[in-house]
Amino acid sequence: MSKTTEKRPLLEVKDLKQHFPIESGFIMKRQIGAVRAVDGISFTVNEGETLGIVGESGCGKSTTVRSIAQLYKPTSGSVIFDGIDLVNAPREQMLDARKNIQMIFQDPYASLDPRMTVRTIIAEPLEIYRTRGMLDASVTRDVIEKRVEELMERVGLNRAFKNRYPHEFSGGQRQRIGIARALALNPKIILADEPVSALDVSIQSQILNLLHDLQKELGLTYVFIAHDLAVIEYISTRVAVMYLGKIMELSRSSDLYKNPLHPYTKALLSAAPIPDPVIERKRQRIILTGDVPSPNKERFGCYFYDRCPYKMEKCKTNIPPMKRMDEHHEVACWLYE
Amino acid sequence: MTNATSPDTYKRLLEVKGLQTYFKTDAGIVKAVDGISFTLNKGETLGIVGESGSGKSVTNLSIMRLIPSPPGKIVGGEVLFEGKDILKLSEGELRHLRGNDISMIFQDPMTSLNPFLRISTQMIETIRLHQSMSRREALAKSIEMLKLVGIPAAEERIHSYPHQFSGGMRQRVMIGMALSCEAKILIADEPTTALDVTIQAQILELIQELSKKLDTAVILITHDLGVVAGMCDTVCVMYAGKIVEKAKTDDLYANPSHPYTYGLIQSVPRLDKAHDGKLFSIEGQPPNVIDLPPCCPFHPRCHKAMDICRTQYPPTKDLGNGHEVSCWLFIDEKEHSHE
Ligand SMILES: Nc1ncnc2c1ncn2[C@@H]1O[C@H](COP(=O)(O)OP(=O)(O)OP(=O)(O)O)[C@@H](O)[C@H]1O
Ligand SMILES: Nc1ncnc2c1ncn2[C@@H]1O[C@H](COP(=O)(O)OP(=O)(O)OP(=O)(O)O)[C@@H](O)[C@H]1O
Ligand code: SF4
Ligand SMILES: [Mg+2]
Ligand SMILES: [Mg+2]
Repeated sequence: MSKTTEKRPLLEVKDLKQHFPIESGFIMKRQIGAVRAVDGISFTVNEGETLGIVGESGCGKSTTVRSIAQLYKPTSGSVIFDGIDLVNAPREQMLDARKNIQMIFQDPYASLDPRMTVRTIIAEPLEIYRTRGMLDASVTRDVIEKRVEELMERVGLNRAFKNRYPHEFSGGQRQRIGIARALALNPKIILADEPVSALDVSIQSQILNLLHDLQKELGLTYVFIAHDLAVIEYISTRVAVMYLGKIMELSRSSDLYKNPLHPYTKALLSAAPIPDPVIERKRQRIILTGDVPSPNKERFGCYFYDRCPYKMEKCKTNIPPMKRMDEHHEVACWLYE
Repeated sequence: MTNATSPDTYKRLLEVKGLQTYFKTDAGIVKAVDGISFTLNKGETLGIVGESGSGKSVTNLSIMRLIPSPPGKIVGGEVLFEGKDILKLSEGELRHLRGNDISMIFQDPMTSLNPFLRISTQMIETIRLHQSMSRREALAKSIEMLKLVGIPAAEERIHSYPHQFSGGMRQRVMIGMALSCEAKILIADEPTTALDVTIQAQILELIQELSKKLDTAVILITHDLGVVAGMCDTVCVMYAGKIVEKAKTDDLYANPSHPYTYGLIQSVPRLDKAHDGKLFSIEGQPPNVIDLPPCCPFHPRCHKAMDICRTQYPPTKDLGNGHEVSCWLFIDEKEHSHE
């Protein structure tokens, strides 16, 4: 990768909102509210870097990457990929750009069609774009066959297993199949939604290493979701901490552990167990009370207000804007006004 | 079970000796748990870690005599609770044991809470099963338990159905129910795996606090080495149905001796450490526990494997201070200076 392009923004998300309507009534459907899954977030991802998204269940991580991949039509905001606004571009142009955006999913059991062979699974994105006539004419059946074998080897699968079915593979191997499939179209960016959360520790490190190697070799850009902070910190260049559909803090990953600013980030970090009994005994935990509130309600104050140990009067009725603290660190909290 | 034994005997609350639990399947005999031994002392928290399928849940289901049979069967060993072998108890004695002496929290609270019954009904029934109380008293006790586990507005919310609670709240209800019996041992099978870290921290603190207060011994099953470090006094590391290493928590982390334990501790990314480049990684897959040959089950993935590892299961060596390891590297006669 040439050094000059390293800082080029590849993906820009601006004030993205993804609301899901809540409807009532059988015949006359009436919208009675909305799940504010993603409620106005902005960030950029530079070429060759990994942006980590971390946060608790239901905070909108998956919805964020799905809206980026245009699996949903965003409620508002824009997703600019490589100079093209995916939300408003004509379909043909959007699909062409979409080729460069691929996803890997959490559950290697559920995300692969059990009736398809590994070969068919990996080749599927190529076949789809070929039938659409959106691939180079030189991509023939033979080329695809070759590509499948090459991809299998690359992700550490024996090409002899090409005609086997997903259930014949272990969890880690299935995740490798998912990765090979995501690589098939030679994408620029991979959106990885909890790719290691379902795996055992020893398998998890194999997959993290594989993703790390692939990034180096192929110059890939990642958006990587996890709820495990240590995993996020390990894999990411920068980290976005989400809560209730909002980004609370955005920081270089190496700074996040050393210098967390947002009260939520602090709580999250202090709750994450560290595999060292000597350290664990000495640690002071910030134990948050209560559960994550429902995202169905419109909020007019800080989204973390209900559970924040430092809340002030002002936080109740004013939404804190994202404030830049230094070149690599932004936070949305009234404590840093 | 009030025999007049000296308090000293009771220090060893639970002794598992050579426990073997097998399952008969179409593919062959699954040796899910194959000759494990450990002791749980009064007030102690013991961790069991290991990969998926290593036999953690089967170990604890065996202790509770909850193995589905067929296909499962406890084929060998003893499980002594206060000196008495659980494996020899009658159904009646077992019913008394479960809940009164040993209670259990499962990984998924939905599987152990009945979705069609109100929380109040379920808690009252559980309590009345083990303690002679009127419904009113049991309800009062249930509310008290829910308050203890931090359910807000417990008086009203106790009449909710399970689905009206969040995952974290359901898990707290389970803990409340398990502890309401004031059992001597609490077995918690991955009690926080499905939960968020901030909720996990709440739940673990709750278990720790309540077990101290009620002097309950805890067996905590988890695959999270961080959770073990924070919660447990002693740890058993399981691999393919065997305990491959057992030690005081501090000793285990300071001096992981089995190559599997070492690899496991090294391969998790750590928040508190700078890192560059690659993670340590144990290559390969965990073995199939069907028809395992009598070898060290870890040898195909082990950096230090020697010839003998491929043909014989290693004996257990005591490294001192209760630190035990089952690996040929620690057997003197066989040490061919392979390091
Ligand atoms: N298609 C949908 N229709 C309605 N609501 C949805 C839909 N998808 C997600 N939601 C809701 O949006 C919120 C955010 O969900 P999302 O799956 O993005 O969370 P997440 O951060 O990925 O959580 P997890 O860690 O559990 O995967 C949740 O409240 C969820 O119930
Ligand atoms: N009812 C059953 N029939 C057949 N095999 C079983 C049965 N229950 C468990 N096993 C097998 O016993 C072995 C140990 O399973 P166990 O549930 O104890 O693993 P575990 O360590 O608890 O794993 P996890 O971390 O996934 O919960 C596995 O190989 C499993 O397939
Ligand atoms: S803005 Fe206020 S309520 Fe929100 S996190 Fe900061 S201190 Fe807490
Ligand atoms: Mg998700
Ligand atoms: Mg289990």
